[in-house]
Amino acid sequence: MSGKHRKVAYYPGCALEETGHAYNRSTKELGKALGLELVELENWNCCGAMEVKNLDPKLQTYLSARNLAIAGKMGFDTVMAPCNGCYHNLKKAEYDLGHDAGSREVVERLSQKAGHETYEAGGVSTIHALDWIKEAIGEDGLKNRVENSLKGLKIANYYGCMYTRPRHIFPEKDKGPGSESTSKPHFMDDLLAAAGADCVEFPLRTACCGGAHTLSDSDISTKLVLNLLTTAEACGAEVIATECPTCHTGLEMHQVRAEKVFGRKTRVKILYFTQLLGMALGLSARRVGVQENLSDASDLLRQKGLG
Amino acid sequence: MMTGLPGVAPEAAIMERIDAIAATRDDALAVAAAVRADELLALGEAILERWLQAHGATPTRQTLEGFRLLALHRQAAKGDPGFNACRETCRELVYHRNLIRLDAAHPETPRRLRLAAMVARHLALFIDGRLQAAALGEFCCSSRPLREHDATLHE
Repeated sequence: MSGKHRKVAYYPGCALEETGHAYNRSTKELGKALGLELVELENWNCCGAMEVKNLDPKLQTYLSARNLAIAGKMGFDTVMAPCNGCYHNLKKAEYDLGHDAGSREVVERLSQKAGHETYEAGGVSTIHALDWIKEAIGEDGLKNRVENSLKGLKIANYYGCMYTRPRHIFPEKDKGPGSESTSKPHFMDDLLAAAGADCVEFPLRTACCGGAHTLSDSDISTKLVLNLLTTAEACGAEVIATECPTCHTGLEMHQVRAEKVFGRKTRVKILYFTQLLGMALGLSARRVGVQENLSDASDLLRQKGLG
Repeated sequence: MMTGLPGVAPEAAIMERIDAIAATRDDALAVAAAVRADELLALGEAILERWLQAHGATPTRQTLEGFRLLALHRQAAKGDPGFNACRETCRELVYHRNLIRLDAAHPETPRRLRLAAMVARHLALFIDGRLQAAALGEFCCSSRPLREHDATLHE
């Protein structure tokens, strides 16, 4: 534990205000329980998500850069984004503004037109919620605070495809011991194991969840998710831990759809890692928003003495 | 089912074979496990060949780190960063194949083979989805938008 990031700017992003509300709630509750301070960005905007990026990548860079500029104006050098999509886009904006004159020119022009400060490359760093807990508290710090061990809970940790890709926008990863790996990420495994969980080896930890196909071809998304769910079960998992609202919602929705459309029922439960860590620290299931999940884990959590 | 791609195994045949391996009982999977592990790797190569041929490329015969599957992935990902979303899936398939080949008599071999089949299935589904959605443009990370050349919204 380095003690870094005890007070950071918080960029929840659009998904955490809607479908990913339980992630927002559990992230905030986890922070409180750990004595960490999150200060939400004032008047933040969409990171540009996938839609704007598809229309105009530089406009997406501007939208993300505006959020970084707000963090800088509020006096922060670090902004924490729990959503993989937001995290990816803010990191990409950092990279593009440091390496592409065209992006800098567009961001400067649009920032002036909108009447706010232009984000200068290198001014603010984006971290994920996993980095936040790992660096501010660490495994030892977590172990010391666990009141309700996750012992006996078999978890497959699912990182999704945007947490580590493309590699070049994450210069802090792949730096050897202590750093995150882009080929085999482990921060979620480390943290949940510190809380007592039995993390299973899950070969599809960074595989595509089909989120991009949800509207264009739902059957493909359902088949991809069904394969993730059945593989997690084949690995012995009772729970899939997530760290992205898009992946999480996709897993939950398509678990239901797989049963309805393909008659394939799976039993594995889907919970945010922040919910699991919160419960390990003694917070109730309700406090970390488990009742907001589509995947009903109440029986399993009761059986394990959690929540 | 025909793919319309000369010399490429039909998608349905690939998926049927993967599903058959995944559904095989443990005692049967333990027999000729190394052969099945190689077969899954070859099915992975066939999946990437479909993608490359559908895009007018000649699938490479070269290897990367000793495996053609990884070379095919690198070939397919060139200029298409979103394709890296299946990079680790390919590497997991190689890893499981190696694990099985290292000690085919290991009691975990049937489970490892089944997991390898599930990893191969994910690769097949991912590529199938991308082939179907190609006309819609990219939605994944490092997207390559349909309208990148005429995008003028920031001007």
